[in-house]
Amino acid sequence: MADKPMIQLKDVSKVYDNGTVGLKDIKLTINKGEFVVVVGLSGAGKSTLLRSINRLHNITSGDILIDGKSITKAKGKNLRNLRRDIGMIFQNFNLVKRSSVLRNVLVGRVAYYPTWKTTFNLFSKEDKQKAYEALQKVDLADKVYARADELSGGQQQRVAIARVLMQDPKIILADEPTASLDPQTSIKVMDDLKMLNEKYGMTVLANLHSVELARKFGQRVIGIRAGQVVYDGKMEDTPESVFTDIYNGGDGNKEAK
Amino acid sequence: MPEKQNLMKLPKRKFKVMNLVWAIIMIAGLFISINVTNTHISVLFKNWDQFADIFVQISHPDWSYLSVIWPKLIETIKMAVLGTVIGSVVAFIYSLSIARNIVKNKAVTGVLRFIMNIIRTIPDLLLGAVFVAIVGIGPVAGVVALAVVTFGIVVKLFYESIETIDPGPIEALTAVGANKLQIIHHAVMPQIMTYFISYVLYAFEINVRASTVLGYIGAGGIGLNLQQTLQVFNYAQTGTIIIVIIVVVVLIDYVSSKSREALMK
Amino acid sequence: MDTTMKKLPAKPVDRKKQIIHWLIAILTIALIVWSFTDIDFGDIKATAGQIAGAIFAGIFHPDWKYVYNGSGEDLISQLWQTICIAFLGTFISAIISLPFAFWAAHTKHKHWYTSRTGKIVLAIIRSFPEIVLALMFIKAVGPGSAAGVLALGFHSVGMLAKLFSEEIENLEDGPNEAVVAAGGSKFHGIMFSTMPNLMPALISNTLYRFDISIRSASILGLVGAGGIGYPLIIALQYRQWDRVGIILLGIIIMVVIIDWISGWIRKKLV
Repeated sequence: MADKPMIQLKDVSKVYDNGTVGLKDIKLTINKGEFVVVVGLSGAGKSTLLRSINRLHNITSGDILIDGKSITKAKGKNLRNLRRDIGMIFQNFNLVKRSSVLRNVLVGRVAYYPTWKTTFNLFSKEDKQKAYEALQKVDLADKVYARADELSGGQQQRVAIARVLMQDPKIILADEPTASLDPQTSIKVMDDLKMLNEKYGMTVLANLHSVELARKFGQRVIGIRAGQVVYDGKMEDTPESVFTDIYNGGDGNKEAK
Repeated sequence: MPEKQNLMKLPKRKFKVMNLVWAIIMIAGLFISINVTNTHISVLFKNWDQFADIFVQISHPDWSYLSVIWPKLIETIKMAVLGTVIGSVVAFIYSLSIARNIVKNKAVTGVLRFIMNIIRTIPDLLLGAVFVAIVGIGPVAGVVALAVVTFGIVVKLFYESIETIDPGPIEALTAVGANKLQIIHHAVMPQIMTYFISYVLYAFEINVRASTVLGYIGAGGIGLNLQQTLQVFNYAQTGTIIIVIIVVVVLIDYVSSKSREALMK
Repeated sequence: MDTTMKKLPAKPVDRKKQIIHWLIAILTIALIVWSFTDIDFGDIKATAGQIAGAIFAGIFHPDWKYVYNGSGEDLISQLWQTICIAFLGTFISAIISLPFAFWAAHTKHKHWYTSRTGKIVLAIIRSFPEIVLALMFIKAVGPGSAAGVLALGFHSVGMLAKLFSEEIENLEDGPNEAVVAAGGSKFHGIMFSTMPNLMPALISNTLYRFDISIRSASILGLVGAGGIGYPLIIALQYRQWDRVGIILLGIIIMVVIIDWISGWIRKKLV
């Protein structure tokens, strides 16, 4: 696969209003079609990193390019169009619990419509069908008119994946997608992410705290500690000691080199 | 997109009859009530300038009038305090006697609850009007009305929290041979006093609001001035009263709700 | 066995806390004692017992001719009018309350002062006496139930929007974030996540407000803004005690039925 950069972080730093450093001078390039797992202790800045990429968090300095376009400088409609290309999966699924599964999946499409149309729920027939197809891809076709809160955790996360599918994104950010799920459901969800990566060539960037899952699914590992990248390498070249080190507060870099 | 799966067509959503029924009820309700009350948008704009004119006069208050309403304001607060105190004392005893974990006789609690629920339905100002007729014009009618209002509010909240207390201590005291009063004193009271005080403060907030208008129908307090100034169309003075009322109500609301928060910590 | 048991230690005391508790107690008692001054409880009319008895008698021996006679001035018609005032007033205030609620909810703004001003405005609306508002509307639209509807519609915003805004503040931010992450605008967030999640709370609070509005609507007639309050005040003025009794009974039954219906709907909502 041609190494076309999909996400570029240029000296990205983030300082929270209360003075806490979230990210520190991050330089990172992620190429099209990669499946990257980000590992690190909680509070290390994994979540901040992901949320900076689609600008749910604003960064303090530096620049982030999505497929060559700066999301840091984008405003209004341009920002929303960039976000449209980036799907996000959350730890708590973030479905609208009282809406139907179908409506939740259609949310992935809002940025393709003018506001007034979505206000009156005027989604096109094609898009409704597309939503139904997305649900079939994650094996949830029979739940299309169920209310989201009637579903189990694993099913809800798969609805969230269907929602992302609706966006036709180039990138998927997954923020601890399995943290609220049991081991078996976790593997099913990760399989779905892998399917998106392999079948549709979507670039996946996932925060995981399970080393096991990281090893099983990641092609590339990025270790984060105190807001800095402390390890970056291919999964097959990564010895177990790197993980132990990152999770014990050590510096993964020393071992790798 | 390369797609091997056979993708099905989206099925039609099942039609929910109840949603339609509710929608029809709502729309019918709207039309009927618009008709019965004769409220039309045009009505609002017909004499809009009149309304705006009063509003302008009210927002230019006559501060010299302050000295006149001062004694009535004091009377208002006194009424609210007295109504709250009298109503709460009665409510305290009454709540204990309708809580089913204290009084086991369902017939007694049932009848007493029915009476309480009836009393709760009558709005404060109507109580005021009735008591003015019974005891005569003046603050006493207001105090009695407020006491009844307080009673309704406090009993409802208080007996429900008595019923949700931890039954363990009651059992423990019954087991060591305590009588009813001892059980209440040692097992019930420590668990419920903060709730009681909090509900009394809440009732006080409501009473302060209510007491400011009771005078309008002759039940004492600053509402009397309200009625007098409105009668002679002196809206600047009405404005003064309204501002005083708002300041007092907001102030007492603030202090009381902060104390309630502190209590519940 | 060791028989030298330790003696009971003195109860640990927090002096500062103790003093504060005593101060609060003394102040409260002083306030209550002060309130009893100048209010003369001996001033009660001699006929008080007699009048109260007459009103009670009216409840138990209702004047059936007044209950319903098809003239539109009877009890049932007046109660029906009261319900309609409350219904329309609550409906109007629910609609006005929505934008106010978003204004006053602190989770929807960058600056703290935006929601603070919203909350202050609502506090002022809440404290503005309802009957004064009713009198102002009477000047604008003339005496009658329309004035009552408008007064109720505006006054209820103070409380309803406050309740709504608290519900908005209690919502979790996640679903909203998901809409934004998918490229949705702020407005999309409101349409797709905030509103659906808020709906049950909105309906439940509005129904609760309807219960209160029923009571308010029966008061507004005292100043001429329509509803059952007007015949009541007339009956009181003309000393028709039995009629006062039957009107009170009517109000009680109406309120009980409405409370019961709205409680039933609210229970079904959960």
